[in-house]
Amino acid sequence: MKAKHQRLMLVLLAVVAIAGASGLALSALKDQAAFFYAPSDVAKSGPPVGRAVRLGGMVKKGSIERQADGVSIRFVVTDGAATVPVSFSGITPDLFKEASGVVAEGSFNADGSFTATNLLAKHDERYMPPQVAQTREGNMHETKSLEP
Amino acid sequence: MIAEGGLAALWMAAALAALQLIMAAVGIAKQRDDVMAAVRPVAIVQGLLTTLAMGALIAVFMRSDMSVLLVAENSHSAKPWLYKFAGAWGNHEGSMLLWVTILGLAGGAIAIFEDRLNKSTLIATLGAQAAIALGFYAFLLFSSNPFTRLSPAAPDGAGLNPLLQDPGLAFHPPTLYIGYVGISVAFSFAVGALITRDVGPAFARAMRPWILAAWIFLTLGITAGSYWAYYELGWGGWWFWDPVENASLMPWLAATALLHSVTVLATRDGLRAWTVMLAVVAFSMSMVGTFLVRSGILTSVHAFAVDPERGSFILALLVIYIGGALALFGARVGTVHQGRTFELVSREGALVANNLLLSVILGIVLIGTLYPIVAASMGTQLSVGPPFFDKTAGPIALILVAFMAAGPLMRWRRDESGLIVSRMLGPIAATCFTWAAVFMVTGGIAILPMLGLGLAAGLAVASVAPLWKRNLRRTPLFTWGMVIAHLGIAVSLAGMACDSAFTKETLVAARVGQPYKVGPYRVTLDGISPVIGSNWSALQAQLTVRRGEDGTPFALHPQSRFFSSPPTVTSESAIATRLDGQLYTVLGAPDGQGRWQLRLWWKPFVTFIWLGGALIALGGALSLFGRVRRERQVVLREAYA
Repeated sequence: MKAKHQRLMLVLLAVVAIAGASGLALSALKDQAAFFYAPSDVAKSGPPVGRAVRLGGMVKKGSIERQADGVSIRFVVTDGAATVPVSFSGITPDLFKEASGVVAEGSFNADGSFTATNLLAKHDERYMPPQVAQTREGNMHETKSLEP
Repeated sequence: MIAEGGLAALWMAAALAALQLIMAAVGIAKQRDDVMAAVRPVAIVQGLLTTLAMGALIAVFMRSDMSVLLVAENSHSAKPWLYKFAGAWGNHEGSMLLWVTILGLAGGAIAIFEDRLNKSTLIATLGAQAAIALGFYAFLLFSSNPFTRLSPAAPDGAGLNPLLQDPGLAFHPPTLYIGYVGISVAFSFAVGALITRDVGPAFARAMRPWILAAWIFLTLGITAGSYWAYYELGWGGWWFWDPVENASLMPWLAATALLHSVTVLATRDGLRAWTVMLAVVAFSMSMVGTFLVRSGILTSVHAFAVDPERGSFILALLVIYIGGALALFGARVGTVHQGRTFELVSREGALVANNLLLSVILGIVLIGTLYPIVAASMGTQLSVGPPFFDKTAGPIALILVAFMAAGPLMRWRRDESGLIVSRMLGPIAATCFTWAAVFMVTGGIAILPMLGLGLAAGLAVASVAPLWKRNLRRTPLFTWGMVIAHLGIAVSLAGMACDSAFTKETLVAARVGQPYKVGPYRVTLDGISPVIGSNWSALQAQLTVRRGEDGTPFALHPQSRFFSSPPTVTSESAIATRLDGQLYTVLGAPDGQGRWQLRLWWKPFVTFIWLGGALIALGGALSLFGRVRRERQVVLREAYA
């Protein structure tokens, strides 16, 4: 094979690979575009039922209820403007407490409540997810979906 | 006085870095041998001075000098000495200083030991290194001074984040940083070669040990970081696709691609421009990694406090470094001559495919990591999580594994497709056999773990195939290195597949005395008792564990730890490691009625994930050792000829 042809072939291969990868990435990102929700987003546009998403906000004061089975809890996530009830089975993270930031991973149910499969609390005293920090300062952000 | 001494050393090192850059530029532009000759000693002294500054920082941490702001904010006098020592780099300023210290030491090492490159290229390399270091010095001195005094001195420190008080994490940052810095040294070589138009096999051979070393340390760092997250965070997972993890994965992917393309350049004189391009990309990734983690602009469970001024400083440096590197590449790539050519169906072709696939994965991880920042700058808050990466990077990684298996079984220059297929019969049989066996035993598992297990078996067979019918004693060390590193990937892949397919979980509010089942084990809570540690107290569970009905019982002690400064609770998981997997136990909160939350996991073959990582690094080390020894012999032979 001539050097010129070979280079052309390689460039073509690279273009195909990159195009394929970007296509894959973009189509997956479309699902992810609305991945992080604050309670007021849900109040505004309704919950995305059944999709794996993250819900972020503060744990409402006095809202943590332990269930009879000893491993499930219910609590309310708030961003000051709206609230979402959350249920979770498992060991809560060490830094999970009332009036503190939390990110819940899981999915919304049809009634607007949230079933969490995983809870993320802030990592240390100095850390807070930027989304949650903004919410707490009363500086409400909007989580827009890229989908029309 | 120690702090002031450290600061003075840092300023002097910065000044010497500037001098090093200017002298290298003048020496090369005017071809002045005397000026060029002086660059080496300057690089050595610069390395010594940064080491002195780092030593001063460690000293103030060891002495718990609370009149230094950084110590007061990140240390505590009651901490064990190891964490005082490691606390010096367990924070933003200290870790930046550690970075530039390793860079300075590497520069000194190049100046002393490097004797294969021609002189101008070596001096240009040292100049490029000084340019990189200058940015870090400026960052340290103007926006992140680690030696700032606090007046009046604090009565005691705020303490180190308890999650970081773990021996593994104390040595994790230096390991990763040696990796990052090794890549930037390889990049300096590429810049040097571009400046003196010297891109060729000799340059590739000089650059290869640096990339290998960087890659070994990155591999170790990522493996250790993953294991740390697994046992310390108590959530039983080993990879989170967290931006901070991605920040170390991206340079690793680029360095892996570079490692393979530099081999083509060194032994077959092909892929010249591509190799230089990859060196630029790998360096960019190590900068992006360092800076994104440190700037805190990413939403991350690991992220540190954000300081907007610092963030923009970092962004400016990033633009200058990466932009400058790409501009130099663009300006000079035309002068890089075409290397030798090869057929697409050949070892070179497989390595090109490997490079393309690695680049594609790198691109996907980069997009997923940076997209939230871009979106945030346009006013949209979102975060990209594991579902995205699993869906995109996962399948491509599996295709890459298939190419990995085939590559080493192909001939250089040109090969016949038919012959390759016949050489691949063994691995293909192993893959099919594994699929059949898994299907028979389990009745089918999810598609990705199924593919992963089969491919892991095929790759394992293909990895050791190059040793077939060879005299094992006379097989060169770097061939062993390749075999073991590829085998490590197979082992790791098998561990990941087993973990995601076969993990068993039990979550209970446990009563004392009642047994609970998880996998093949029965776990009984015997009681809870208080324990006192060096700077923490804990509630500790006594668990008695039996395998099957009549196995020998053994004890596990998961804890819930309380640290007073800063006031934090962490859970310490207790893990029993067996040949076929790990039993992982976590103690949760009491429910007030005499029950305690217990989370039990049985994770078959999960240890293979990190065992594989260790094998990969071992393979790298064997290659490095083999290459260096081989080149020594060549040099000696030439000297006596």
